Amino acid sequence: MQQIQDQAPPSMVKDSRMVEADEEKLIKKELAALKEQVSTPTTSLKQMRECLVRLIYCEMLGYEASFGYIHAIKLAQQGSLMEKRVGYLAVSLFLNESHELLLLLVNTVLKDLQSTNLLEVCMALTVASQLFPPDMIPAVLPLVEEKLQHSKEIIRRKAVLALYKFYLLAPNQVQHIHDKFRKALCDRDPGVMAASLHIYLLLIKENPGGYKDLTSSFVTILKQVVGGKLAVDFNYHSVPAPWLQIQLLRILRLLGKDDQITSELMYDILDESLRRAEINHNITYAILFECIQTVYTIHPKVDLLEKAAKCNGKFILSPKNNLKYLGLKALSYVIQQDMNLVLQHQMTIIECLDHPDPIIKRETLELLYRITNAQNVAVIVQKMLDYLRQSKDEYITISLVGKVAELAEKYAPTNEWFIQTMNAVFSVGGDMIPADIPNNFLRLLAEGFDDEVEDKQLRLYAVNSYLALLEKNNIHYPQRFLQVMSWVLGEYSYLKTEAKAEDIIQSLHYLLGKCSASLETKAWIFSAITKLFRLTLNVKVLPEVLQNYGNSMDSCLRQCSFELKQLVEDKEIMNTVLPLDESCNDIVVDASLSFLDGFVADALGHGAAPYKPHHQRQEERLSQEKVLNFEPYGLSFATSPQISSVTGRQSPTGLSFNSEISCNSTEAGLKDSDSLKLDGVKKVWGKEGYLRKKKESKEETVASPNSESDVTADFTSTAEKTAGLSAEEQEKKLLASSLFVGLGSNNLVSLMGKNQSTTQKFRRKSKIVEGQNSYERTMSTQKAIAPPLAQIPNLMDNVLESCNPFQESKAMLLRKTASDSAEVPTEEPAQESDEAWNSSNNLKTIRAVPSASKESISGLFADGNFDIVQPGNCNSALVAHEPNSSLSPGLPVEFAEHSHSKFELVCANENIALFSCKVWKEDCLLIVLFFTNRSSIEVTNATVNFALTDELQACESTDFPFPLVESLATVKCQLCLQMMKPCARVLLTGHVTYHLETSQQTQEEFALALFLTDFIRPLKLTTEEFGHLWLSLSNDVKQNLSFTSDSPEALTVALRTLQQELKLHIVDIIGAEGIVACQLLPSTSCLLHCRFHAGILSVWLRSGCCVLPDCLLYECQKVIQKL
Amino acid sequence: KKFEKYCERKIKRNTIYLSSEVTNMIKFFLLVNKQGQIRLSRYYEPMEIHKRTLLEVDIIKNCLPRTKDQCSFVEYKDIKLVYRQYAALFVVIGIDDAENELAVYELIHNFVEVLDKYFSRVVLPDVLRFSNIFSLVTVQTTAPAIIMFNLDKVHIILDEMILNGRVVETNKSRILVPLLALDKMTES
Repeated sequence: MQQIQDQAPPSMVKDSRMVEADEEKLIKKELAALKEQVSTPTTSLKQMRECLVRLIYCEMLGYEASFGYIHAIKLAQQGSLMEKRVGYLAVSLFLNESHELLLLLVNTVLKDLQSTNLLEVCMALTVASQLFPPDMIPAVLPLVEEKLQHSKEIIRRKAVLALYKFYLLAPNQVQHIHDKFRKALCDRDPGVMAASLHIYLLLIKENPGGYKDLTSSFVTILKQVVGGKLAVDFNYHSVPAPWLQIQLLRILRLLGKDDQITSELMYDILDESLRRAEINHNITYAILFECIQTVYTIHPKVDLLEKAAKCNGKFILSPKNNLKYLGLKALSYVIQQDMNLVLQHQMTIIECLDHPDPIIKRETLELLYRITNAQNVAVIVQKMLDYLRQSKDEYITISLVGKVAELAEKYAPTNEWFIQTMNAVFSVGGDMIPADIPNNFLRLLAEGFDDEVEDKQLRLYAVNSYLALLEKNNIHYPQRFLQVMSWVLGEYSYLKTEAKAEDIIQSLHYLLGKCSASLETKAWIFSAITKLFRLTLNVKVLPEVLQNYGNSMDSCLRQCSFELKQLVEDKEIMNTVLPLDESCNDIVVDASLSFLDGFVADALGHGAAPYKPHHQRQEERLSQEKVLNFEPYGLSFATSPQISSVTGRQSPTGLSFNSEISCNSTEAGLKDSDSLKLDGVKKVWGKEGYLRKKKESKEETVASPNSESDVTADFTSTAEKTAGLSAEEQEKKLLASSLFVGLGSNNLVSLMGKNQSTTQKFRRKSKIVEGQNSYERTMSTQKAIAPPLAQIPNLMDNVLESCNPFQESKAMLLRKTASDSAEVPTEEPAQESDEAWNSSNNLKTIRAVPSASKESISGLFADGNFDIVQPGNCNSALVAHEPNSSLSPGLPVEFAEHSHSKFELVCANENIALFSCKVWKEDCLLIVLFFTNRSSIEVTNATVNFALTDELQACESTDFPFPLVESLATVKCQLCLQMMKPCARVLLTGHVTYHLETSQQTQEEFALALFLTDFIRPLKLTTEEFGHLWLSLSNDVKQNLSFTSDSPEALTVALRTLQQELKLHIVDIIGAEGIVACQLLPSTSCLLHCRFHAGILSVWLRSGCCVLPDCLLYECQKVIQKL
Repeated sequence: KKFEKYCERKIKRNTIYLSSEVTNMIKFFLLVNKQGQIRLSRYYEPMEIHKRTLLEVDIIKNCLPRTKDQCSFVEYKDIKLVYRQYAALFVVIGIDDAENELAVYELIHNFVEVLDKYFSRVVLPDVLRFSNIFSLVTVQTTAPAIIMFNLDKVHIILDEMILNGRVVETNKSRILVPLLALDKMTES
């Protein structure tokens, strides 16, 4: 506290040389202390003022101090004088016009406006003219208006400025007081009058015609100011009120433009202003600069123009850089009216071109840009490129590159020059180059100029030049340049008949292999390669290309290479898809994608889910996340599976076969591939500002109708004069003559306000202008650059179809190999599931390389980490544990390695016993039934017969005859079962008949309970495959299962348990979500998506079969409940 | 028809040019010491705090290394920077393309003269009492230090001169009237 009250320097600024890190620490500390202090109620207003100054300081250094904003408003409210002023100051520094706290200020301002203390009124007006909430203007407007009549000059002046701000904020609210502005203009005090000029400048800009009557007033005021009628304290370095003069000159310029009568009123005073500017001071030059602009804007008067031109000479010839710069700026403005002025100063301009200060060089180039014509374009462009090579500033590079490209397009003297200049533009511009430059260039090449022969020459020249560039090794070209090159080579290589397409392919292929090319560029190069294959029958390079990119990690390149493969195989498609020299023709695209209708209908017929648009999917996801589940919990397993499957499904969208839906889906896909390829191209329409600027400047270059003779005459005279000068001088003169060629001296016509703009040689331009707004045009060009999109889905389908079986069979092979060496896992389920992970990972890797040899596959599985998960509800009992071991059967060796249940007695009497054992094989449930003859005599003609219900299906016959079973012997039979209709539990019934010796036939019934879980097998998928499969499955069921655990491992634990109990396969766990896959034998897959959130496990099941999800969910529920 | 379009656009271009000409705005006003630290900043267009800091770093990089004989105007993106050095103090003003660079350059000097006029008459600690502090090369750190310790007063002076990016008062005695009155009232 004490410290703050003192005027002692604030601690944080003690050492101005402190390092940044220290600064940050110190300021943070200071801010914390300030935060505490401002919120302490005992802090006095004086201390608060000090605090706010410090907060201003902190914000100035870039540390936000928003906690102090409200205190600034409070201080403005409660403080007096200096405190109040600092409060207002802080508010104006902290807040912007839209800040909500600003409303709190309105009352304070109102109060202070009514204060009797003039200083308070002053402050209120100052802050109101800095920022004020626009909708609160009516509240203070009458008070401010009233102040226009105040006796004090300063109050009237500030009131005018406040009204000016209100006018900026809400022009129609101050409409009614325009009369009062006039009064302010005629105020007896020059300060008030000067303040009103701000408003008039705005008003006149918007409506020059409405204020012509004021011209004479402005002229009179200017006359008085220039004549030194103002008080001495308005002088600045003995120049009377220079900023006021400047303001008046600007207003006169607006009034006199294109208006002879008004202009005539101001000739005198302009003349006087030009004359007065003899004192050699910066401020007089500032006034002169405005004078020159005004003289050249209003209706011309020859005498004045000459004087202004002479003045301009003073600027340009000045040794002071500031003046030189301003002179060049004025000249760029003036040449729009009069080219001659440039000719007068050509030698100075040449010198400025080599000026050490880059900003002067820049301004000179700007000037040259405006005087470019077909004769001097080469020299000027060369100068610009020289500058570009030295400049590193991105902003300057972008703007200058655009100008060069524009000039090259407009005035190119020859094809060679044009292509070489554009090459330079692309090299120099590098990756900063705006996308519209390459796009315009390519469009220009593609569209041509209505002259077939010349077009071909230009294209051929481009091809030649790029081939030459590509031959140079180890040169790094910018991405956009590479894209341009590859497009041109792809499209127009056919023009170069002596070159072999395969050689070009070879060099492009080499380029593709370079890591320096971006993915986007690679796509361009690849499409060029594809196009080049239409020119040649020699496909020697093809396998290499396909091998390199057929399984590229980048899906775009992979797709391209599959397309290439297909296209090369079928020349006919190639020619329809990529016709020669057709890049400008529009491609007719069936946007409704009606040709896919059949495909969609088929898919829907096969049970595929109808397409859901992205937003709908998103909604579903959201609803899954946020919406409360209002449906009753409880078991979702219903007795009637058909019904439950319908009710359980979330939003079954009506099946729709119309093409609208299918169109949506494919369109989304198209967009993706679109953006991949045409990334850069699209940006043309994104940077409007730049485009507009470019357009403007294009048109600013006013054409000058010049006669050849004039020019030659002009330069012969120049040449004569130059004789006898030094060599260096000669060189400069030479440059001058090449730069200023074509700037005729007969331009006085244009001074009369009529610009001869139409004679401009819009040689190349016309095309561009014409096409500029035609979005479709660009799009069509772009479409041609990329392979036609409509073809992609079809092609891809074929490719996928042809390669899927291949992968599948490999995978099958893998499983076989693996299972051959598999062991029966006996304990440690956790480790086991880890192994499951490994195996799935291995599988994934191998699938990615389908060509891997079989040896390597079996090698990978040599350690036998292929898993068959053992059901937890039964122990892997061995035969030895069986109570009546003497009679108990032994499980055949071939099954012992599979997981199996313990033996169960299914049926017994004094003579025989039937034991069963379930063996969970991968492809079926194997029921092994042991028939034991307990009697002492042999059994004959025994038959075991299974009666199958609809749900089950056996692989072979269900009757097993045993002609003879000896006493105390055991025979076995086995039955392979698969579940055809999912159900939780099914009874396998059957009977056994036998004869004891010759006695009568005896029959025993038996029944075996089979469960859904007996038929569930893990389905090994990669995440990617899971994703694909998920989309293709239509029957889904969602359920929230409460699960009392909120440990982070909860999801993993739950999924592991499911894996153990239900033999599911965990595909992936990402964060709070896990995906699990399984299949119901024989081949119905079911996918689970589990999400754990706040003690709730949301399970979402999908399957091709409508009943399976319900049944499986029931099983899951049981398992989870047990946890 | 093409010609009509062309003319139409030409007219449009003219109005754009004129409107930007009338804008002639001062975008910001900075005081920087020789070490490149900001000593005062005032923005006349809304800008976020962190963007300001980045901008300032760039501006300082662009202006400070320049030599005396180089042009006092620097291009920075679409902003023109006008700067002027007074011993240890740099004044940098950002303007748009239509503003008169030289007039702004002299405005800086006017501002400094006002500061000079104010602070040389106000009672200052002994060390800081000089007749013309801003042109005194010997005391390198004086001017930035005075601004530091009187941040609020310098702001008040600036507010009298520039409002909403426009020059509203250049008369030195009139600029100081409100501040001197405040000082007088506070003292009594």
